[in-house]
Amino acid sequence: MIAVDLRHDFGGFMLDVRFDAPAGVTALFGPSGAGKSSVVAALAGLLRPDAGRLVVDGVVLSDSATGADVPVERRRLGLVFQDARLFPHMTVAGNLRYGLRRAPAGPIGWDVVVDLLGLAGLLARRPHSLSGGERQRVAIGRALLSQPRLLLLDEPLASLDAARKAEILPYLLRLKTALALPMVYVTHALEEVFFLADTLVLLEAGRVLACGGVAALSSRGDLPLAARDDAAAVLDAEIAEHHPARRLSLLRAGGMVLWVPLLGGALGSKVRVRIPAREIILATEAPSAISLHNVVPGTVRAIHADAARHAALVEIDAGQATLLARVTPDAVARLALTVGGPVLALIKSMAVDVRPAG
Amino acid sequence: MLDVLTHNEWEAVALTLEVATRAVLFGLPLAVLTALVLARGRFFGRAGLDALVHLPMVLPPVVVGWLLLLVFGVRGPVGALLRDWFGVRLVFTSTGAALACAVMAFPLMVRAVRLSLEGVDRGLEQAARSLGAGPLDRFFSITLPLAAPGVVVGAIVGFAACLGEFGAVITFAANIPGQTQTLPLAIYAALQTPGGEAVAARLSLVSILLALAGLLAADWLGRRLRARVGQ
Repeated sequence: MIAVDLRHDFGGFMLDVRFDAPAGVTALFGPSGAGKSSVVAALAGLLRPDAGRLVVDGVVLSDSATGADVPVERRRLGLVFQDARLFPHMTVAGNLRYGLRRAPAGPIGWDVVVDLLGLAGLLARRPHSLSGGERQRVAIGRALLSQPRLLLLDEPLASLDAARKAEILPYLLRLKTALALPMVYVTHALEEVFFLADTLVLLEAGRVLACGGVAALSSRGDLPLAARDDAAAVLDAEIAEHHPARRLSLLRAGGMVLWVPLLGGALGSKVRVRIPAREIILATEAPSAISLHNVVPGTVRAIHADAARHAALVEIDAGQATLLARVTPDAVARLALTVGGPVLALIKSMAVDVRPAG
Repeated sequence: MLDVLTHNEWEAVALTLEVATRAVLFGLPLAVLTALVLARGRFFGRAGLDALVHLPMVLPPVVVGWLLLLVFGVRGPVGALLRDWFGVRLVFTSTGAALACAVMAFPLMVRAVRLSLEGVDRGLEQAARSLGAGPLDRFFSITLPLAAPGVVVGAIVGFAACLGEFGAVITFAANIPGQTQTLPLAIYAALQTPGGEAVAARLSLVSILLALAGLLAADWLGRRLRARVGQ
């Protein structure tokens, strides 16, 4: 779907980024200055890289080998900036129409966008009278109506407070499921990656550290994600059973089952699950007489030292899913854990974070 | 009301307004284009163009009038072409007076427009571009509307400058009542005539009123437009 290969010398800072991503939501994640926004600028055509080739949906946007370079206005990529950049001399409706009028007829209809983003009450208003969250919704709607091949979102929530972020994230998730529009989403908030992304591209100092599915990368102990306090394995699961009398639901994630507090979603619906590494207890024998519901058998895939925290990160294969546990090196020694050996992961139901997914 | 001024005096007022209107209508689009080139262009000779545009502001108006005579006079390079090809004569005509006024007011108009163009957020133009708007489309749908307060101020300041232009007009277009005698020239002529002080006073009062009206209009329009673009 998206093939990025670009090199650019910013004078002291070298950007050298190569990755391929399938359709769906691709998150570009990394610290400030990692080059995330530069990748988006290059895709949008606002930055002309020194060398490289950019392909979206089979269309070559630029290729330094052939000199091809589609101008920004003909790339048909919806661009949403951190600051909404609404046109102040037009109403909300005028802003929305701006892209629509200049785009070829496409599948994304006015009514659908107004409805998905809750814009009906804002149409007659001027941008300066909108709240930050409303502005960003209008900006997203404006980009959608230009019938883009791909939606590029450059830290769209970074300038909003926590309450506004929580207000917009569900809208973005609805877009993802309702329109099936591919998106590239730049962020430095792991929460947003967990909520939205299918594919994760980890960037650091202008290079790609890793690229892959969110679940696959989040359980790797050798990536900077695992060094964070909130390191957590992310699993894609579906709701298998509801037990209202016990106030529990059963999730199935790639052969692994997890009991979690009762959920609202329908049976069979997809959810995304996050299990924090520090909330997992390891054992070699199943404990009895314990409040715990989840005793997941698995195999140790790798053990990484986390020297700064005097801890060890243990990657555990459990069926097709992978868990990540942060324990003390002493515990690893006492349990005599070795790569390839069996282990039990004990997970509190209350520690499992469950969100609806596409 | 009408007999406050004599026929000849009304003629001077009407001529002045006509000359100033033509000067602004002709000069403003060029001023916008020049301001755009100066504000956005990156090319060799930009500083030279900037200086050339500002020259009428610092030169004595008589010199500007004389230079216009050299270029647009009947024997001048451009003047001869205009006469041979179109049968148009600028010297000693109201069109010539408008040209002289436009040249003198040009730097004022360019400055006002350029200032507001430089205040236009380039990020908005990028957004328009990503939405499929080409260069000309962007200019007319985003840049120009957002710079409108400056364009209006430029037009009114330019108009006011044209109402008062003296040296360049009298040098290039001469002082012909009913043809090139605008208000300042009429006031000058009245003062040269024995007992003409009353005429000069009445015409001066008209000048003051016109200038005041222009300033108030500029302020009112500027505020309305700024509110429209959300500033």
